[in-house]
This record gives sequence, C-alpha cells and structure tokens, in this order.
Amino acid sequence: MIWLDTVVQGILLGGLYALFAAGLSLVFGIMRLVNLGHGDLIVAAAFLILTVVNVLQLNPFLAALLAAPVMFGFGWALQKFVLNRVLGPDILPPLLVTFGLSVALQNGMLEVFSADSKRIPAGPLESASLALGPINVGTMPLLTLASAIAVIFVLNRIFYTTALGRAFRATSDDAVTASLMGINPKGVFAVATGLAMVVVTIAALYLGMRSNFDPSVGPARLIYAFEAVIIGGLGSLWGTLMGGVIIGVAQTVGAALNPEWQILAGHLAFLVVLIIRPRGLFPRAVD
Amino acid sequence: MLQTHSLTAAYGQFKALFGVDITVKAGETIAIIGANGAGKTTLLRSITGVLRNDPGMVIHKGDPIGALPPDQVMQRGIAMVPEGRRLFPSLTVEENLIIGGHKRRGDGRWTLDAIYDLFPILRDRRASPGTALSGGQQQMVAIGRALMSNPDLLLCDEISLGLAPVVLRDIYAALPRILENGAAMIIVEQDIARALSVADRVYCMMEGRITLAGPARDMTRDAIHAAYFGAPAQVHP
Repeated sequence: MIWLDTVVQGILLGGLYALFAAGLSLVFGIMRLVNLGHGDLIVAAAFLILTVVNVLQLNPFLAALLAAPVMFGFGWALQKFVLNRVLGPDILPPLLVTFGLSVALQNGMLEVFSADSKRIPAGPLESASLALGPINVGTMPLLTLASAIAVIFVLNRIFYTTALGRAFRATSDDAVTASLMGINPKGVFAVATGLAMVVVTIAALYLGMRSNFDPSVGPARLIYAFEAVIIGGLGSLWGTLMGGVIIGVAQTVGAALNPEWQILAGHLAFLVVLIIRPRGLFPRAVD
Repeated sequence: MLQTHSLTAAYGQFKALFGVDITVKAGETIAIIGANGAGKTTLLRSITGVLRNDPGMVIHKGDPIGALPPDQVMQRGIAMVPEGRRLFPSLTVEENLIIGGHKRRGDGRWTLDAIYDLFPILRDRRASPGTALSGGQQQMVAIGRALMSNPDLLLCDEISLGLAPVVLRDIYAALPRILENGAAMIIVEQDIARALSVADRVYCMMEGRITLAGPARDMTRDAIHAAYFGAPAQVHP
C-alpha cells in the first residue's frame, strides 16, 4: 500500500510542476522563447499574492484573482517593451535578456521583501485531507492537480477553438505570412506572455500556500518547469502535464527509496526520457 | 487606387528595385512578368509592407503606405497570395480560410460558403490539415484565404508555379469570378501567355526595373522578348 500511496502523492506533486511549466510551455510553443526568468516570475507573483492577502486581509484565492490581471499587464508590457525587441533569428539575445530579468527580479525581491522565507496562509486547508479508499490524500495537493488539469484544458480550448488561438498557431507557424493576414505578430506575442503570467499567478498561489518561499527559490522552479516541458515535448500542453507528473512520481518514488534521492530521481527521470525520446513524449512542432 | 513612385528596395547591401513606377486602377488586372530575380516578388513584398520603404513610395487611395507594417496594409484592403502558398500547417483548411478573414472588412461577398462554391473540393477537405492537400488544392486555399478579407486589391505571386496544367486551368477559370465584384488584381507570372490572357495591362521587369509597360492586347512577342531578356529576339527562319 505504501507504493500506491507514493505514486499517488507523486502524481499530485506533478500537478504543481505542471502548473510551473504550463506558462513556459505556452510561451515557448508560440514564439520559441525560453524565459529564464520564469521561476522568479512565479516567486514574484507569490509575493504579490501575499501582499494582497496581508494588506486587504483576503482569502488567498481571491487575492490571486486580483493579482492575475496585474500579472497579465506586467507580462504584456514585458513582452511588448522588452522581449519583442530581442526576438529574432538569433536565440541568444532573448536568453540573455531573460537571464538578466531573473537576476534583477531576485535582487529586487530581496530588497523589497527581505531574504526571510514567507508563506501564503491558507488556514485549515493547509492540513485538510481526504480518505480515498486505502490512502489519504491532501486536499491542497488534490486541488493543485485539479487546477493544473483545468489550466491546461482551458489553454488547449483557447489554442484550438478561439480566434486568438488560431492567431497563436498561425503566428507560431509563420509570423510573416500571419502578418499578411492582418495579424500583428508582436501584439499576439504580448497577449501570449500576458496569458502565461495569469498561469504563473495560479502556479504562484499553490507554490506559496504549499511551501515556504523566498526570493532565491525561483531558479529551482524553473528547472522543474523546464524538465516538464522537455519531457512532454516542446509545444504540447498535455505533454507538459505528463512531464510534470513523471518528475513528481520519480521524486516521490526516489524519496521513498532513500530521502536523499528525491531531487536526483526527478532529474534522472528527465535524462532517461531524453535518451529514449530526445524530442519528448508528444512533440507538436517539427522544429 | 495604387501607385508606386520611384520605388526602391534592397536586401542589406543588395539593391533589388531601382525606381519602379506602376499604377493600378480599380477593377483592373495587372500582370507583372519577368525572369527569375527580376524583382517581381520584391515589388509585391514592398507593396504589402513585408519590406518597409519610404512612406511616399507606395500610395494607396491617396495615402502614403510605404512604411506601414503588413497587418495594417492588409487592413486597408490589400491581400496577398504568397509565393509557395505558405499555408499554416497547424491549421485545418477551414481554419486557414477563417484566419484570412481575421481582420474582415465589412460585409463583403467572400464568406466561407462563397469560397467553397468557388472551389468545391475544399468543402470536402475542410477538416484536413492545410498542408495535407495537393499543390493545386493548397493554392486554392491560399487564394481563398486572401479573399476572405474581402480585399479590393488582390496580389498573386506565382500562383502557377509547380502546378500541373490541368489544375492551373481550374484555378485560372476561377479568376473571372474573383474579379466580378470589382476587385483589382496584380498577378506575378512566369507563364507569359497565361499572364497576357487574363491581364488588362502588363509590366515587364528586368533587373529591378520596368522595361516594358502597356495594354496586354498591344504586346508583341518581340517587344516582350526584348524587355524580358534585354536583347532583341533572334529570328529563326
């Protein structure tokens, strides 16, 4: 029974990693941009939610609802005024700029929020659990996985059934021809990054409620997110969920064997997938 | 409705157009002919805004549009069927058509149904990925996609390239219906006979310059030959 429990906890943990990764996957799928500041943006959003919770004495979920449009605007402006200027045939400039963004965000947060670790208070939800047959699962992890599935479901609906999604896919295929259709590729990119920041806000909500965070934890979140995206296959959102789950299960199984192996096991699972399927499990794009 | 004035264009150090002047009137069909590298595609890229120019080099309905980005040029009613069709592989046939009407202008006559009436085969293939179709069918999608915005100027770049003659006949047979609602058209063609058969006026280009211009019916073989290759035609007995 301990194994069943371990795997179930791993799948639930995978939901968190999928949430970290969904925004990254969305942005990469549309504009082939790897945002090295993604993890730090999640931490920044967590601080934003925490601030709203503290100042307005709000429930964290309501606070996230207020933070989401702010993050959308921030993402939109970041893309429009910074990242759009460096996107081009050369992939190095955007990498450098987002790396700089990562450093700037970490130091900025250190300055404003100090290095103390913080947590978004979630009240009784923090320790609530549910008996599912022979095992008990935490309500919070269950909620995380459900949110991850919901986020990816909604993103897929946007991608495949709306005019915005058509513009996303067309621009991703061929930005010049898309512009001949009356689409402004840079405007599409700005909306995509704004949308990714809404997903980042949801990821931040669960990051902040489930564990302590401080300004330095962003890069590790980026690594998990990145691995989930690569395992799933670049540009595939459901693949990203699968990737998150694989890392989550590898970590809990590794930890069950020996607590020292938790993080390592996740990275090893990533390497194994890379060896067997170098393009990931469900690659969408041909490039 | 559209004029270019001393239009020059360059790719980096390489100059591709040297002062090109063309005029398109409403409802007119213009053919632009010329050998590979003559600057025909560059001319279309300049008109659509893919290549930016000085504002005054391209005038549309009295406004300088030479420096506008392609999405704004398109919203003024200038649609393009690009060389090589350039369908979006991630989109189905129907989605490719719909995205052509992303910035639809008014309640023009071109709707999905009108496109399917023009090219009935596309109705059957509507759910296929655009790039799963044959070359001719893809060309139909590319033309339909451009029409979906209800343009009043349609630019067609090498629509006959790589297509079987029988397929081409179907596509060219559709042109009169496209022109029925008063849209003007610029056709870039290497197939001179076909260009002359549909065009009101012809411009011949060579090495980035217009070397011949005039009504299609007045064009003589020798004049075209000279403008096309830069030398008088050799007469073989």
